Amino acid sequence: MMIDYLPLLILFVVAAVFAAIAIIMPSLIGPKNPNKMKQEPIESGMIPFTDARQRFPVQYYMVAVLFILFDIEVVFMYPWAVLLNKLKVFGLIEMGFFLLILLIGYVYVWRKGAFEWD
Amino acid sequence: MTLILFAFLALIALAGGLGVVLSRNPVHSALSLLLNFASIAVIYFLLHAQFLGVVQVIVYAGAIVVLFLFVVMLIGGNIGPYRHGSRTVTSVIAVGLAAAFLALVVWSVVQVLPMSATPVGAPDAGSVQAVGMALYTDYLVPFELASLLLLVGMLGGVVLARRYQPFAEDETQ
Amino acid sequence: MNLPHIDFSVITPELIVIATALVVMLAEFVGAHATPSPTRSHRIALIALLGLVLAALAAVAGLGRAATDIQGMLVADDLGRYLELVVLLAAALGLLLAWDYLPQFTKMHSEYYALYLLAVVGMMFMGKSTELITLFVSLEILSVALYVLTGFHRGQLAAGEAALKYFLLGAFSSAFFIYGAALLYGDTGSTHLVDIAARASGGFLTLAGLALLLVGFGFKLAVVPFHMWTPDVYQGAPTPVTAFMSVGTKAAAFVALFRVLQAAGVSYATWSLVLALLATLTMTWGNLAALRQSSLKRMLAYSSIAHAGYMLIGVTAGMQLGLSAVLFYLFAYAFMNIGAFAVVSLLERPGYHATQDATIDAARGLFARKPLLAVVMAIFLLSLAGVPPLAGFFGKLYLFNAAVQSGWIWLAIVGMINSVVSAYYYLRVTVLMFMTEADETSFLRSPLSNATGLAIAVAMVGTLLLGIFAGPWLQQLGQAALAFAGS
Repeated sequence: MMIDYLPLLILFVVAAVFAAIAIIMPSLIGPKNPNKMKQEPIESGMIPFTDARQRFPVQYYMVAVLFILFDIEVVFMYPWAVLLNKLKVFGLIEMGFFLLILLIGYVYVWRKGAFEWD
Repeated sequence: MTLILFAFLALIALAGGLGVVLSRNPVHSALSLLLNFASIAVIYFLLHAQFLGVVQVIVYAGAIVVLFLFVVMLIGGNIGPYRHGSRTVTSVIAVGLAAAFLALVVWSVVQVLPMSATPVGAPDAGSVQAVGMALYTDYLVPFELASLLLLVGMLGGVVLARRYQPFAEDETQ
Repeated sequence: MNLPHIDFSVITPELIVIATALVVMLAEFVGAHATPSPTRSHRIALIALLGLVLAALAAVAGLGRAATDIQGMLVADDLGRYLELVVLLAAALGLLLAWDYLPQFTKMHSEYYALYLLAVVGMMFMGKSTELITLFVSLEILSVALYVLTGFHRGQLAAGEAALKYFLLGAFSSAFFIYGAALLYGDTGSTHLVDIAARASGGFLTLAGLALLLVGFGFKLAVVPFHMWTPDVYQGAPTPVTAFMSVGTKAAAFVALFRVLQAAGVSYATWSLVLALLATLTMTWGNLAALRQSSLKRMLAYSSIAHAGYMLIGVTAGMQLGLSAVLFYLFAYAFMNIGAFAVVSLLERPGYHATQDATIDAARGLFARKPLLAVVMAIFLLSLAGVPPLAGFFGKLYLFNAAVQSGWIWLAIVGMINSVVSAYYYLRVTVLMFMTEADETSFLRSPLSNATGLAIAVAMVGTLLLGIFAGPWLQQLGQAALAFAGS
């Protein structure tokens, strides 16, 4: 049972080691001559003009809430997809009801313009 | 082997939980919560509850923590620690309540200890197939009701988070 | 593998309300009335009202039929059908109140009525659930919908505060509920109430599980000491929502509580004492706090806590005697309480940015200004106080009678003393309406709209008729109770 997860564990270890190397090695072997410009946070070439910790607009929240709702919808579909061969038409119908209600919700949210930023 | 893994994960989960409570920066609290969720997910795998573990990662670690971070940033990440009223009094009360709750949990675990020697259900009761089979046949009703709950959530999100539109009085005339 | 067979006739009323909610949700995108206007709001409300009436007809059509169920999750018995009727009645009255109230402060008409109908669906499912997960999901549907409806008045700070308080405390109580359900599952290995009744060990796990479930129910019922949210939420929510949820939530939670207690797996003697103590606390605290209120909505909020206490007496009296009395009281409470809230909604100064909360003084000299309205309000208040021959009197009589017959004589006495105390604050408002002159503090929204007028008339007729035909109606409900207790 647990042995099934061994590849996963190996993957995690490799990823962690790789990340550690990527962080540690440059500080060990890279040249260091800092100046004021280099110390500033990277903003894709822009000069930072405020603190990064600003209040986010409420639209982010809207996006996050809708994401969670549809995320949960997809989670419900995961075991259903695994079992569809066994559930046959019955499975299609019950998921049809479930999706119908959420589809109407989706249409509503869309027409309401909640997916648009403003 | 399982016991060592469990102890290790439980320690990480505990550290994450303490981080949530003790951290003075709400962003750090949310990130500690992520650590906690992730280690709990692995504990679910240890218990052969694969589906629960997957859901824990997708929904909790993936979506809920992001929502928490958004809400923290919505309120303002810079508000600093909460300093209202006496911190010592509230912490004493909180610790007292937590201790009482811990006692309750330990007590109930002790009560059922003889029972827990036998595993509940089949060995693969937590697999995606088994959970799905239960969900889509025996627990069909709550599954369908869940879609209504999600619908209410959508409506509620739109109502409460849509940009505030001041109401023009003359429109009612 | 055998696939389940689903009997849709079990949930016909619910399906009608769900379909209506979906139609209402999309209604605003259809037709020429795409811009928010009172006309559009009325059209949407009319669709919603039709759905509620159809669902009520479906529920009535089922009365007297044998109980059927879906996989032991949802059951359609007479108890459930009467619960549906109470909820639909409260919903229809609350909808009539919102008819003209809603366009005054918001443009989101579709959302309001859709959430409203979904809350109704949640309540109806909750009263029909015979399985803990179904029960929990229904409870959450109604709760989440009500959290949003509470905060619907976006321009008002008090509404936001109320919604946030309700949400945080409600989420907390849901956690208690689900923990209790988990302990019962751990004890019995099943979430079905039937299996729990059969297999419960009666030991620590059963007791702790049941106690945690009680906390969850106590919160929804506004039972002391889980009542803290009630005054703020009832005050901050739009008045039509307050009127609806004060009755609907209680009805659903009480019926669900009866179902859970029947399957408690713990002896009657164990839980009845706890409930008797909770009832005593709830009645007394609610009535004493109501004495000191100057806001009409807050006063009615504390009064609703007290009424939850009276109904807990009925629960304490047990399945045979108490259930029919509680059902009767729920019908009476739906009429008289929503009627009182309807009049209160007329005393509020409207406006988007600050709907003035109606104070007791707003009722000053109402008799001189609108004699009929004052008389009607007096009847609602007297019925709430339990003055014969109104519905509220018989409601209390049956509750106290059930308590005496099942041996809870002291509890009945406490209830009577509380009724006397409560008369003080109901009569205070009545006196203000009849004995004082109108001054600058008094207010009345005018003209009285047809919808609100209809709601008040229906509530009025109901309060009187339930008083007159109390005996036969109780017998009707008694049969449903008997069928349930015997099952």
